[in-house]
Amino acid sequence: MELYQLTAHQLHEKLVNKEVTAREITESIYNRIEAVEEDVKAYITLTKEDALKQADKVDEKIANGEEIGPLAGIPIAIKDNMSTEGVKTTCASKILHNYKPPYDATVIKKLSAEDYIMVGKTNMDEFAMGSSNENSGFYPTANPWDLTRVPGGSSGGSAAAVAAGEAIISLGSDTGGSIRQPAAFCGVVGMKPTYGLVSRYGLVAFASSLDQIGPFSKDITDCAIALNYIAGHDEFDSTSANREVPDYTASLNKDITGMKIGVPSEYFGDGIDQEVKDAVWTAIKKLEELGAEYEEVSLPHTEYALSAYYLIAPAEASSNLARYDGVRYGLRSEEVKGLVDMYKKTRQEGFGDEVKRRIMLGTYALSSGYYDAYYKKAQKVRTLVKQDFDRAFEKYDVLISPTTPTTSFKAGAKKDPLEMYLSDICTIPINLAGIPALSMPCGLDSNGLPIGLQIMGNHFGEEKILQIAHAFEQATDFHKKRASL
Amino acid sequence: MLDGYEMTVGLEIHVQLDTDTKIFCGCKNEFGAEPNNHTCPICLGLPGTLPVLNEKAVEYIVKAGLALNCEINTFSKFDRKNYFYADLPKAYQISQFDLPFCEDGHVMIQLEDGADMKIGITRIHLEEDAGKLNHAGEGIASSDSSLVDYNRVGTPLIEIVSEPDIHSPEQAIAYLKKIKSILEYIGVSDCDMSQGSMRADVNISVAPKGSDKLGTRTELKNMNSFKAIEKALKYEPKRQIKVLESGGEIIQGTLTWDDEAGKTIPMRSKEEAHDYRYFPEPDLVPVILDQEWIEGIRETLPELPDARQKRYVEELGIPEYDAMVITADREMADFFEAVVEEHNDAKAISNWIMGDFSRLLNEESITIAEVKFKPADLAKMLKLMDEGTISSKIAKTVFEEMFATGKDPDTIVEEKGLKQISDTSELEKIIDQVIADNQSALEDYRGGNKNVFGFFIGQTMKATRGKANPGMVNKILREKLEG
Ligand SMILES: [Zn+2]
Repeated sequence: MELYQLTAHQLHEKLVNKEVTAREITESIYNRIEAVEEDVKAYITLTKEDALKQADKVDEKIANGEEIGPLAGIPIAIKDNMSTEGVKTTCASKILHNYKPPYDATVIKKLSAEDYIMVGKTNMDEFAMGSSNENSGFYPTANPWDLTRVPGGSSGGSAAAVAAGEAIISLGSDTGGSIRQPAAFCGVVGMKPTYGLVSRYGLVAFASSLDQIGPFSKDITDCAIALNYIAGHDEFDSTSANREVPDYTASLNKDITGMKIGVPSEYFGDGIDQEVKDAVWTAIKKLEELGAEYEEVSLPHTEYALSAYYLIAPAEASSNLARYDGVRYGLRSEEVKGLVDMYKKTRQEGFGDEVKRRIMLGTYALSSGYYDAYYKKAQKVRTLVKQDFDRAFEKYDVLISPTTPTTSFKAGAKKDPLEMYLSDICTIPINLAGIPALSMPCGLDSNGLPIGLQIMGNHFGEEKILQIAHAFEQATDFHKKRASL
Repeated sequence: MLDGYEMTVGLEIHVQLDTDTKIFCGCKNEFGAEPNNHTCPICLGLPGTLPVLNEKAVEYIVKAGLALNCEINTFSKFDRKNYFYADLPKAYQISQFDLPFCEDGHVMIQLEDGADMKIGITRIHLEEDAGKLNHAGEGIASSDSSLVDYNRVGTPLIEIVSEPDIHSPEQAIAYLKKIKSILEYIGVSDCDMSQGSMRADVNISVAPKGSDKLGTRTELKNMNSFKAIEKALKYEPKRQIKVLESGGEIIQGTLTWDDEAGKTIPMRSKEEAHDYRYFPEPDLVPVILDQEWIEGIRETLPELPDARQKRYVEELGIPEYDAMVITADREMADFFEAVVEEHNDAKAISNWIMGDFSRLLNEESITIAEVKFKPADLAKMLKLMDEGTISSKIAKTVFEEMFATGKDPDTIVEEKGLKQISDTSELEKIIDQVIADNQSALEDYRGGNKNVFGFFIGQTMKATRGKANPGMVNKILREKLEG
């Protein structure tokens, strides 16, 4: 096995036992990138020089007999919407094509304190708007399992990087499924934590009340390790939860006997592919074998979640993206006449179609005369969706559903934006409710493409999710399947 | 002046709070630094940054709300007000829309005829200030480039919105002065209008007298001088009436006040007005205030101008007008009280404070904090007068010298030889000389022209350079002239 094929916890063991050096691990990753990146295009920016320097620092520590944490010397890829001091942070948008932030996001600070190795900044749908990674302002990313297919979006670059062995772990952000959907498409583990568990400081905002940073990994253990180091209260984020962070690896090996699983029937409707449904049901039965109990449950407001999401998210986005005006950084259109003309032309040239579509939607939904009918009503629906989950979690430890209605689709297949929006139908309600959810591989379809299993938990119920997920992972071998690239 | 019409004025007063740091970041909140030196990724609104609320700003707005008799909302939240402008880095301002910290307040104002009047305050909300544009060239229209200074971005601002209770320039100015005075008293702002710490948007409308509907209003933005506001409030209603009388219609919109031309100039009309698309700020959690905490703030409030004024009238026995003038400025009132503490003659002290003291402050344009002498010095000077050591006329000289140099009155009297001459024999000698020098006047007096007495007084004072004790001069002269 090549080093890039291993997990973080496996590599950590080898580092501690001095079987390998951090430099060897890092070089293995960059060699892999050299081999496959031309096809996958998971990255926007690579930071090889700094990465190797960082690796040497870790090796020095090990040589000096210093103790190292589980993420030290581990190559991690960062979605290009997280601020990295002095390293381009473009959000895959022309409007930020040259923007280098003067500060680090809180998650980056936390990882740096653990001596992680940043491989580079990954490709994404522009400003995290999209479900296929075809909306990058630069170039699309391919699915490592089938290069003619999409990796999913908007954290497609981060998912593809892990799936292709171009990073051991990666960070993505999830506003309506942007971690879980690409994790499902790329056959890796992806987790969206509870809103407020991970600081958003430094995450370039798409929809502030929905965005949450989370990890991609090859297995559940790595997911728990990564979560351990990015979670926690941040005084720079008022919405970050002020509570103790447990050791998420501690719950992994606990027995799941007697745990109660709810299976929401609304997530198994007509739009969901039969092969996907079958794989998910097989997984549920597997968990039953392992001692869990399951029951079907109804989350009646699920059908309204998509509409509410497509009012709230664009509304917040229209405001969050207003700062890209060409005044101080990023793109500024040339040959403009006056301030207003500069705003108009800069934004016209800098934003792609999907971003413009959502800015217009959001602006409309917030405008006077329409606010009550759209934004306010959507917020009411959001409350109802939340209440559905609250009721369900009075009874169940976790809920289980498919992550996506289908497996990865062909690039260019979904021309109609509305059709594209439907690919997040199983993930969106979770963001509206602010609860945590994880996607992990649970099978392959007849095309040999990964199928995602979604496990949802109550607010700050990450431990139970990881416990169930780990039990399933240990009883199956889907997590060992790799894209043959 | 407004025959058959009544004007209504609405005031939105913006006041910068005097916190150490800005409202959502740790940058210094300070006027006068080099451009863009008090900035950071947060106040510059760089991608990914988030606001964190400065608790001191909340304490200050609650303090202001309590001092202005408002209800304090224990549940409050922030909203985004969206608009594009180069001095607004995020292209939205974090402000408050439907749940401000303070609502339903009022202040009492005193009018020149002595009447009291209550002016309602609709609400007070907290928001962040924007930056400042410096246009190259003459102005925004003619300049080919503009520079932005973001030091002011994120300064905590409160906006105080009045009820439509104000119907004259006099009332408007009295209200503005009262608000300024109260905020200075409680120490939440220096309210320095020249530095923009206090500025007002002024809405003006006119309607036929007795009408229950308000007329169409025009708005003057960012006014920062009482004089300009007063002039504008005298001009604009007349202009509106002229339009109405000639059958025209008032166009709702924003005007600017051209101080040189002494008139208002249209800026933009309602059609171009912004749709601010307010919605709840998702980056800040709602603020929940504890009632006990609010009461704790209430306990820190100092005695406010109205209460002080009442006490001065009732306990110190000075006229209501004096009490109002002195208490309008906290420093002035503090100074006054410090003198009263040392010398028990409040009326004499208020005369000096309102008279020569105020005049000199004005002439030198300095603040009370910059005054060189101490309250105790003024008390000492008044004692010297009472003891007859100096005359009231000499006192003026002594006071001016105190003001200019900060020396204490004893030293001044000593150095300048200003001691009153109250020695009978010395005065008799001088008066004898005066009489001897003015024989013809003496004859006039003895011939029955008693008016010449004043002449002799004047000559005696001149001979002593004003230092003679006037009472004694009077007595001795009369004796000598009567022979
Ligand atoms: Zn700052």
